[in-house]
Amino acid sequence: MTTESSTSGLTRTSGIGLGVTLIWFSLLVLIPLTAVLITASEGGWANFISTVTNEQTAHAIRLTLTGAAVVTLLNVFSGTVIAWVLVRDQFPGKALLELVIDIPFALPTIVAGLVLLSLYGIDSPLGINVANTEASVYLAFLFVTLPFVVRMVQPVLEELDLDVEEAAASLGASRLTTFRRVVLPSLTPAIFAGAALSFARGVGEYGSLVLLSGNLPFESEVASVRILSAIENDNPAGAASVAAVLLVISLTVIVILDVVQRRLASGGAPTKVTVGGGGRG
Amino acid sequence: MNLTSRTRAVLAVVASVALLAGCGGGGDAASDAKAQTINLVGFAVPEAANKAIQAEFAKTPDGKDVAFKTSYGASGDQSRAVEGGLKADYVHFSVGTDVDRLVKAGLVAPSWDKGTNKGIVSTSIVVLGVRKGNPKNIKGWDDLIKPGVKIVTANPASSGAARWNALAAWGHVTQNGGTEAEATAFVDKLFKNVVSLTNSGRDATTSFLGGTGDVLLAYENEAILAAQNGQGFEYLIPETTLKIENPGALLTKHAPVAEPWIRFVLSDAGQKQFALKGFRPLGDRTLDDLGITPSDIKGAQNPKDPFPEVEHLLTLEDFGGWAGVKDKLFGDGKDGAPVGIVTKSIEKSGKATQ
Repeated sequence: MTTESSTSGLTRTSGIGLGVTLIWFSLLVLIPLTAVLITASEGGWANFISTVTNEQTAHAIRLTLTGAAVVTLLNVFSGTVIAWVLVRDQFPGKALLELVIDIPFALPTIVAGLVLLSLYGIDSPLGINVANTEASVYLAFLFVTLPFVVRMVQPVLEELDLDVEEAAASLGASRLTTFRRVVLPSLTPAIFAGAALSFARGVGEYGSLVLLSGNLPFESEVASVRILSAIENDNPAGAASVAAVLLVISLTVIVILDVVQRRLASGGAPTKVTVGGGGRG
Repeated sequence: MNLTSRTRAVLAVVASVALLAGCGGGGDAASDAKAQTINLVGFAVPEAANKAIQAEFAKTPDGKDVAFKTSYGASGDQSRAVEGGLKADYVHFSVGTDVDRLVKAGLVAPSWDKGTNKGIVSTSIVVLGVRKGNPKNIKGWDDLIKPGVKIVTANPASSGAARWNALAAWGHVTQNGGTEAEATAFVDKLFKNVVSLTNSGRDATTSFLGGTGDVLLAYENEAILAAQNGQGFEYLIPETTLKIENPGALLTKHAPVAEPWIRFVLSDAGQKQFALKGFRPLGDRTLDDLGITPSDIKGAQNPKDPFPEVEHLLTLEDFGGWAGVKDKLFGDGKDGAPVGIVTKSIEKSGKATQ
């Protein structure tokens, strides 16, 4: 029995676990994604090129990717700060803030869109009107991606041993050095995992911005709206072409983030903190 | 022992798969046995009217004990869902092309639009929603292309239903003696003034009510229903406008009770419910024919005359049906076909502001 499992390299339980994982993953992810690529290829290479190089579509794709990237970058900073505040600081209303952070997750995106429209639309009570502008896309992305980095970083920060920081301080390290050399390396995998999620979510976002953005071509129209237009025109190959471009770029970004994160993590983290698979987004 | 437990695990998986398959099959059999169910798949707008018609239908001998399973959403999405296998006995869409899709898929008989009603079950017209008191003094289509007028409309590229709006604007020129070049120039200017292109008529109304724009390209029935729901806005009927004709059809495979149902929908009793929710009665029926008075229709701009006569009412037939305009105006350049005129206008509108 022992020899058998060692030849296959897997115990029976982990074998079953792997099988279930693969079946699950295939049914929900691999097969649908392959179908998207196959549909995209059905129109032929020429159709693919003409679809994604159509000026209006290309602009929509660019806006979507730039928006997702910029927002992700902002989230890396703001998300880490928010997580820090939630873990390290005690203040009244902290429990409430904990709860509120997740609302962008929980809210149906179209409701989020309505909220954003009433807050940052023409009748904005705050005097901030971004309706039907490029800025509205960034705002909607910021709203829906807010929790990702926070929720990734927070548990790691909670696990972090304060003794190590105190030791660093006692050895004469400044607070900044302690953060940079001791805390940050431990947080890096979580930050990158959150960034990957945030980027991917931004690329696919649709519901929260349709009301606020006005979908104006060359201004505030995102890629998912172009996909919708292609579908309405009974052009599934065109829709899948745009989707395929987004898919490949998202995947590339996620892989790059993962690789960079591993480099950084192996580069000099004094404390080895295990992050539960988060870095493998 | 090792082998048996592995076999057992395999058996368990096989059994559960079989069980799942069995459940699926069982579900189908159950719904077939209940022949008194009508599966209604429709676009979002007539949901309230259809509900009222269902209630009236239930009071007739034919409609006794008939259960309805309804599904509402964007017209194109609903049509594609039925094409993809969503169970339907009766479909009610915004545009005929969505029924044509089902004809192509062999789900609806090609003769669906050959009856006296030409396949149409509900009608309305394109109207212009304006701000309270009409501060921009909008009187008709020509005022929409003036500089500084901000228009909100659903996007004809992504919403099939929004094509009624664009077609009305196009027809305002071509059906009043203008050339196609003049109509193209008009549509170009119109879309240059568009400040919000939403993905559905509902979203356009939401955006307009949220403060965006001066003019909303809307449908009379939507405006009336919005007012009934306390979300009203002022609207006017341009001299030239387009009759909106929403098709309804039975699928070739339908529950027997769906036949009296569609007859009821087309009858005075059915059309009365549509009228009460803001749709214009089908054909040349008057409100008298339906046994209602103007004041029964709540939310109309003019309560004394809820459905005023339009000076120059265009119909889809004037344009040769959807087949005559679909690719010409709305084509997206698939397979090297020329890009539609309206599609191009939308694209140009964005570039001009850059």
